Amino acid sequence: MTTLGVTRTTLLKDLRMEWRSKDAINSMLFFALLVVVIFSFAFNPTAEESRRIAGGLIWVAFLFAAVVALNQTWARELRNQVLDAYRVSPAPPNALFLAKAIGNFFFVVVLEALMAPLFVVFYDLRSVGPVWQLIVVALLGTWALVVNGTFFAALSIRTRSREIMLPLILFPISIPALLAMVDATTSILTGEASPDFWIKMLAVYDVVFTAVCLLLFESVLNAE
Amino acid sequence: MKSLFIAFVVFTLGLLAFSTYQALFVAPTEQTMGEVQRIFYYHVPSAWTAGVCFFVNFLASVVYLWKRNLASDALAAASAEVGVTFCTIVLITGPIWARPVWGIWWTWDARLTTTLVLWLIYVSYLVLRRFSAGGQTQVLAAALAIFGFVDVPIVYMSIRWFRTQHPSPVMGGGENSGLDPAMLHAFFWNLLAFTCVGIVLMAVRYRLQMLEETVEATHAAAALQGGAQ
Repeated sequence: MTTLGVTRTTLLKDLRMEWRSKDAINSMLFFALLVVVIFSFAFNPTAEESRRIAGGLIWVAFLFAAVVALNQTWARELRNQVLDAYRVSPAPPNALFLAKAIGNFFFVVVLEALMAPLFVVFYDLRSVGPVWQLIVVALLGTWALVVNGTFFAALSIRTRSREIMLPLILFPISIPALLAMVDATTSILTGEASPDFWIKMLAVYDVVFTAVCLLLFESVLNAE
Repeated sequence: MKSLFIAFVVFTLGLLAFSTYQALFVAPTEQTMGEVQRIFYYHVPSAWTAGVCFFVNFLASVVYLWKRNLASDALAAASAEVGVTFCTIVLITGPIWARPVWGIWWTWDARLTTTLVLWLIYVSYLVLRRFSAGGQTQVLAAALAIFGFVDVPIVYMSIRWFRTQHPSPVMGGGENSGLDPAMLHAFFWNLLAFTCVGIVLMAVRYRLQMLEETVEATHAAAALQGGAQ
């Protein structure tokens, strides 16, 4: 099987399992909803203020929710030694990684699409800048979180207390990406500054860390 | 080898005493900042040593993924721990100096923030080492070390942009507006002394790590022979 074939098969398998169980998306959705509600109690912003802080709130909520899904990425492959079977098979490791990353990307994008209207309603958001730029930021930013998150989930699955390990190693590395997402979103919402630098920066972050992930995943998968 | 190491430790201690004397008594007192400026002789050499340690950590991690030898993993572990220690010193001495000079303990300036993020990344590296099981630790840690090292320039770039766009609350400028030769003299002695201290600590920690590996391997071998103690 080629890399593309393995990626497609694994991805379709994951999407089908998620479609039938809806484990990841339901827990993410409910978690993100809770964060949104708690934030709006905690800050109680006016429309003008909320436009200024919404970038931060949205991305922190999505980051926390994404961790919920990322933690489940590899867990189901541990049952019945699927991961070990994969390891001894001749299938390329990076195909498995890409399938998992794309699957997570898809879940988080669906989450964002469902949550965005809620943010608009709860925080009375109206964008001053062009909305299509927000979509670009969301896609690039989500990939930045998810590609590293999928990789670090594969790391943390091999540690004790694995659920808590993922955010501990993912958050420090993700700080520049998070800063870029938050600042780009705020610049677009307020229309006060150009988000161009941050969008370029996210693209660079995505390319660099996708390359590092693909370079190192085989070693991590085969770590004994 | 051992006597060479002891000689180096003695040399380092002598150097440290001399450089401390230079920093506290020989170097002239700074005109506007006063005595508090002398923290500079500890702050900057610590930052330099931390940087060297993290660089060693990166190289050792790459070598480990390539050669899979225990020695480079032990070096990676040792350099990360010593690096975090010196980075902590930087983060503590910085605010002590900033409070009287800038009037604030902390500002989200590019260098400060990058140092803090660097510290967070390597602390998470140490946590990962502590929490991962058995033989997997080395590979997982090496992978994370490479991620951390790649991340640092990106962090610096993004924070610099972040701060050039927004007004900075910093009152005074940096300390780099040309040093008095006497200060430079004291500074270089301290730079040398701190680098040597870093090397000594790394060497001790490396030796300890190697001993731990040997003890574990011996226990494993004894258990395999059925004579576990």
